Amino acid sequence: MSGRFALVMAWRESRGNRRRLMLTVTAVSLGVAALVAINSFSADVTASVRSQARSLLGADVELRSRAPFPDSVAAVLDSMSRAGVAVARVTSFASMVLAPRTGVTRLFEIRAVDGGFPFYGAVTTAPPGRWAELATRRGVLVDTAVLVHLDARVGDTVTIGEARFEIAGVVTSSPGEVGLRAALGPRVFLPARYLPDTRLLRFGSLARYRAYLRLPDDAAVQRFLNQHNALFERHRIGRDTAAEREDDLADALGRLARYLGLVGLAALLLGGLGVASAIRVFVRDRIDAAATLRCLGAATRVVFGIYLAQAVALGLAGATLGAALGIAVQALLPLVLRDLLPVDVAMTVHWPAVLTGLAIGTGIAALFALLPLLDLRRVPPLRALRRDFDADPRRRDPLRVGVYAVLAAALVALAMWQAPSRGIGAGFAAAVALTTAILWLIATGLVRATRRWFPTRARYVVRQGIANLFRPQNQTVPVVLAIGFGVFLIATLYVVQRSLLDQLAVDARPDRPNLVLFDIQVDQREGVAALVADRLTAAPSLTPLVPARIAAINGRVVDSILADTTGRGPSRWALRREYRNTYRDTLVASEQLVAGAWWHGVQTRGEPWRVSVEQDLAAELGIGVGDAIRWNVQGVPVDTRVASLRRVDWARFEPNFFVVFEPGVLEAAPQTFVLLARAEDPGRRAELQRDVVVAYPNVSVLDLTDVQRTLDRVLGQVALAIRFMALFSVGSGLVILIGALRASRLQRLREAALLKTLGARGRQIRDILLTEYLTWGSLAALTGVALATLASWMLARWVFEIAVRIPVLGLAGIWGAVCLLTVAVGLGTGREVLRATPLRTLRELSE
Amino acid sequence: MMIIAEHLEQTYRSGDTALTVLRQVDLTVAPEEFVAVMGPSGSGKTTLLGLLAGLDTPTRGTVRLDGHDLNRLSEDARARLRAEKVGFVFQTFQLIPTLTALENVLVPIELRGAAGPAALHRARELLDRVGLAARMDHYPAQLSGGEQQRVGLARAFAGEPRVLFADEPTGSLDAETGATVIDLLVALNRDARTTLMLVTHDPALARRARRVIRLAAGAIVSDTPADTA
Repeated sequence: MSGRFALVMAWRESRGNRRRLMLTVTAVSLGVAALVAINSFSADVTASVRSQARSLLGADVELRSRAPFPDSVAAVLDSMSRAGVAVARVTSFASMVLAPRTGVTRLFEIRAVDGGFPFYGAVTTAPPGRWAELATRRGVLVDTAVLVHLDARVGDTVTIGEARFEIAGVVTSSPGEVGLRAALGPRVFLPARYLPDTRLLRFGSLARYRAYLRLPDDAAVQRFLNQHNALFERHRIGRDTAAEREDDLADALGRLARYLGLVGLAALLLGGLGVASAIRVFVRDRIDAAATLRCLGAATRVVFGIYLAQAVALGLAGATLGAALGIAVQALLPLVLRDLLPVDVAMTVHWPAVLTGLAIGTGIAALFALLPLLDLRRVPPLRALRRDFDADPRRRDPLRVGVYAVLAAALVALAMWQAPSRGIGAGFAAAVALTTAILWLIATGLVRATRRWFPTRARYVVRQGIANLFRPQNQTVPVVLAIGFGVFLIATLYVVQRSLLDQLAVDARPDRPNLVLFDIQVDQREGVAALVADRLTAAPSLTPLVPARIAAINGRVVDSILADTTGRGPSRWALRREYRNTYRDTLVASEQLVAGAWWHGVQTRGEPWRVSVEQDLAAELGIGVGDAIRWNVQGVPVDTRVASLRRVDWARFEPNFFVVFEPGVLEAAPQTFVLLARAEDPGRRAELQRDVVVAYPNVSVLDLTDVQRTLDRVLGQVALAIRFMALFSVGSGLVILIGALRASRLQRLREAALLKTLGARGRQIRDILLTEYLTWGSLAALTGVALATLASWMLARWVFEIAVRIPVLGLAGIWGAVCLLTVAVGLGTGREVLRATPLRTLRELSE
Repeated sequence: MMIIAEHLEQTYRSGDTALTVLRQVDLTVAPEEFVAVMGPSGSGKTTLLGLLAGLDTPTRGTVRLDGHDLNRLSEDARARLRAEKVGFVFQTFQLIPTLTALENVLVPIELRGAAGPAALHRARELLDRVGLAARMDHYPAQLSGGEQQRVGLARAFAGEPRVLFADEPTGSLDAETGATVIDLLVALNRDARTTLMLVTHDPALARRARRVIRLAAGAIVSDTPADTA
């Protein structure tokens, strides 16, 4: 009975306010939209990965090695091939490619392919059908970026090593690849039978060797892998199956989606704050009505029910709007993430994601609305007679504490559900609480400071505009908080991205090299050095590279350490990898000694040779100063002792090393050289590259400014996705702003009419509003930027370990954009305030 | 003449229905005259006041205020005219909640762009005159109704207006407080020699005027010296 009354009253009570209230709950809509979109999209991607699983790998099994397959493995592959299994080999390495017609040369990835790879999925080319022709034609296919870089076109001839090929066409898409891939490392596809002609694979060349097999079914895949497991293990051959690739990819993309979802969740929570603040204003308007109802005999819980029902209905409406919007955004996401996705994503509406979004949105809106609604339970009936009679504000409401507890629990539960793992979820919940707390502190601090250091000498319109921020029942802090959070995300991202790129900016640092020449053979080093020295003023520096593996540590051979699976031994990766060591007698600029002593003078004969190990690697291996390492240098054992540990600044494009030997022992070992040089002029750099390639085709030249541009693009892509999600937070802030402006509409109209009556001109009213919105935007931007500066400083210092550089101009740009947005939204919402004629407004308002 | 209104007519439209609030009003007010406008609710008193002050444009007819034809002025020009020559006192005080008493009084002067030490001095003096010297830095919410209206009076005279329009200035106050406010209004008006047009329900207040105009259903039904009212 009372429940029905509450519902009926709720319906009647909301008449006339529905539109205004609707606006306030749309604050949760954007958050719901973000969640629905990202979770539906994630389901889409997983489905696409599952359906395109085999073409992701192009085969059923992949074998890979950093060295050519040993005879024993090659024999296995040959026998498989004889047994009718399709086997293909792909060898990839980096090499210079020269286009003689344009004279341009550049480093690209060369892929030597044979045997009809890929077995699943199709490589499309322009002109069409050229992939299949590779089997019969002496030509190469290239990624579009290769043509762009070389300024070449299909039909041109290119020189790779000591051989020449015709560019037969362009690869437009290949299965299982991320769009960004082709831009990152543009490739040249070469028929494997012509690989020897290039004479490129020499000692020390970094190449990857892969073999692909097509097997009838999963059982055959397992049988094959089990049968040869020991052999592959012994020769350090990596294995991957289509099923594993599918799982890995689904996991990785799911993880990405979940991280992005967390940003959406943050937007939703901010929307919740907006709802709380809007409902607080609503409750204040409704206190008299509630008192009257109480006077007329309605029970507390009925009165409370009337307004709670309205809040839940509004929450549901807001969430529904959000879910609908989310489905639209879902269609947009593939465009934003296009270059990061390895599969074509078909869009379908995922009802579980939509319904979950609806439930979460409604729940969050209702929970946040509860806080102010609780006040209605304590409205004394006497207030209907005496307006100034109020409930005792000091009495603690135990229910309020309960609501806060439920809110906190909901936040943690939601974060854990959305995050890739529970730990990340809990961390996120803590981070949100902390960020909100700090943002709230900054926002209230700024608002208070503005009030305290009020520009009393400023023009009247300025003072009035700022004073407007403190009007009764103002929502300045929630608006500043919500927009500030969005600004914080965007600005942090921006500063970190800038700092990372800045660290790698070779152009701006005249002391850093911008050209790296590698794979220089022993007999070529003088010639190459002379060639470079001839063309550049600065003397180039040569660094030797000696490949080696660890044979034993402190007398224990690696295989026995690896076989010991009890306890936490040294990392397998560190034990098994091939090291590229160097030798020299001094420390370089990017290194710092942290333990032991650097070597001086010559080692006594018979003692082990001294090496210096990078500190993190030493930790991985579980060794320190004084420990013994036996190296296998191309079959020759070399005994060493750790003489020192170093810290290395890896974030520099310079040859840095895990292990440095003292001079005197590796000079005779097979080795290659790296040469660093710097040429300011791009034309000079291009010329140098061409001359080196013509004289020494096997030597590769890396132009670091290209690498930097590529990184710029990758970071930009990732940042774009996060920024897109952060926009939802800014959007929520703007919706709250609109809600706040609408809530104070009557006040504003009355004030504008009054000021006009007192003689204010239209321009003066506009200037007052402009000042108010500008201040609003500035406070929000300042709040976000302040926290972003702090956060990026911490990220740069402890996560990326780089120097942070605050891009003042860029941040000022963000500030300007936020101000522009708030002013546009404010003036858009407040048009009627400007237009109001005083008499009519005063008449209407007094009615 | 300070105010000349000819054939004033005002019709408000909302949807298909038209509501004529004023019809065929002709009126002149001399400088320094004190005129009371009386009439039942809805008789058009406030609308008449608003049209005379140029707060809206009449549907028909003309208003000349201190020699200016209001119909020929733009909205901004009328606003400038008000800022220079017109003061207002409202029934519901209409103070700006975000400004202190002193700042509220300063608003008309500042709108005119005449802020400065002299203006500040004058605002303080006026607040002192209405007995609020000690409450200058209080916000409206911290003042009682009577105090708020006294701030309203100080604000009305702050700009040294030629004409003062008062719309039921005691309508929201109890009798005793209302009387104090009226005494102050009359005294300030006498000193400043302002033309005063006052809308009221209160016969006692109307008696203090020199002339009483009665409105009914949007038309003037009588216009007599106060003594015979």
